Amino acid sequence: MSQITGKDAEPAEADKAQPKLHPISLYLKIWGLLFVLSTMSYLVDFFEVQGMLRWTLILIFMALKAGLIITIFMYVRWERLALKLVLFIPPLAIVVFISLMAIEGDYTLVNRLISFISV
Amino acid sequence: MSIDDKQEKAEAPIASDNWQGAVSDWGADKQVFNMPWGKLMMWLFLLSDTFVFSVFLVGYMNVRMSSMDSWPLTSEVFALTIAGHHIPLVLIAIMTFILITSSGTMAMAVNYAYRGDRRKTVMFMAATALLGASFVGMQAFEWSKLIIEEGVRPWGNPLGSAQFGATFFMITGFHGMHVTAGVIFLLVIARRVANGHYEGKGYHIVEITGLYWHFVDLVWVFIFALFYLW
Repeated sequence: MSQITGKDAEPAEADKAQPKLHPISLYLKIWGLLFVLSTMSYLVDFFEVQGMLRWTLILIFMALKAGLIITIFMYVRWERLALKLVLFIPPLAIVVFISLMAIEGDYTLVNRLISFISV
Repeated sequence: MSIDDKQEKAEAPIASDNWQGAVSDWGADKQVFNMPWGKLMMWLFLLSDTFVFSVFLVGYMNVRMSSMDSWPLTSEVFALTIAGHHIPLVLIAIMTFILITSSGTMAMAVNYAYRGDRRKTVMFMAATALLGASFVGMQAFEWSKLIIEEGVRPWGNPLGSAQFGATFFMITGFHGMHVTAGVIFLLVIARRVANGHYEGKGYHIVEITGLYWHFVDLVWVFIFALFYLW
């Protein structure tokens, strides 16, 4: 018997990763949470929170919202690890890029200040 | 190991989902991702789009950090006076709520599609498209206000740092383009769902459309936090 029987190895189109059906209430709950988180990040601006606290709060609310959208709405929570790795390993390069460009931005500013402001 | 054992292994349904499962997904003689190719292609497209938007936002970070002029106060630039009250950033807040709501309706459309309820699927997809269109409409209003009343241009503006205009039009323009494309995509697929085009093939296409739409919402989460609130 041949080792690879193409037909058997490939599941039928219909039963390919049919997602589990969740009750509609799940989406309403997540929607409510996203609403609350957006309101909270808007309030950070409304009450003019400044400095480190402002940036921390903005980033926390942003990460929570993004997490909810990716895990629940985009179904990543129920996907296999093989796909999660494809989705989350490449963006690590972006983290490196952000740090490089932050260093570069600081460097540019310092040089501009030196050449345009001091004697 | 007998031949029977070998065969049992080859035909084992799906390995458990841990690191060993991931290795066997890649290493076994079978297709790696157990999903329709369209869904995988959408994921790969979204991954590449993640890089596009990240590069825009990183560019924005870089010019904002190195700008010597003061950065315009976004909560004032995007404030509106409604019924005599001056409310900071209100238009952007409304746009955020609209996009989140559209993500919720889209998730429900996907769910109803897999339940086989065509009428509700079309209804929720149409609602999503309508919300998306209203988002683009408000963005058009925001742009015209900034261009005509405030005099903001991609190469400079009277409010402060010139880079504000450049990054604003670039980032929100690209995002608005994605929303517009999403509205068209939604309407096309909704029409085909209504016509019963997918009865034989299954409703994965609604999930794929949904992935795109949620991604557009996801990008807005980052733009809202990093451009409008920062």
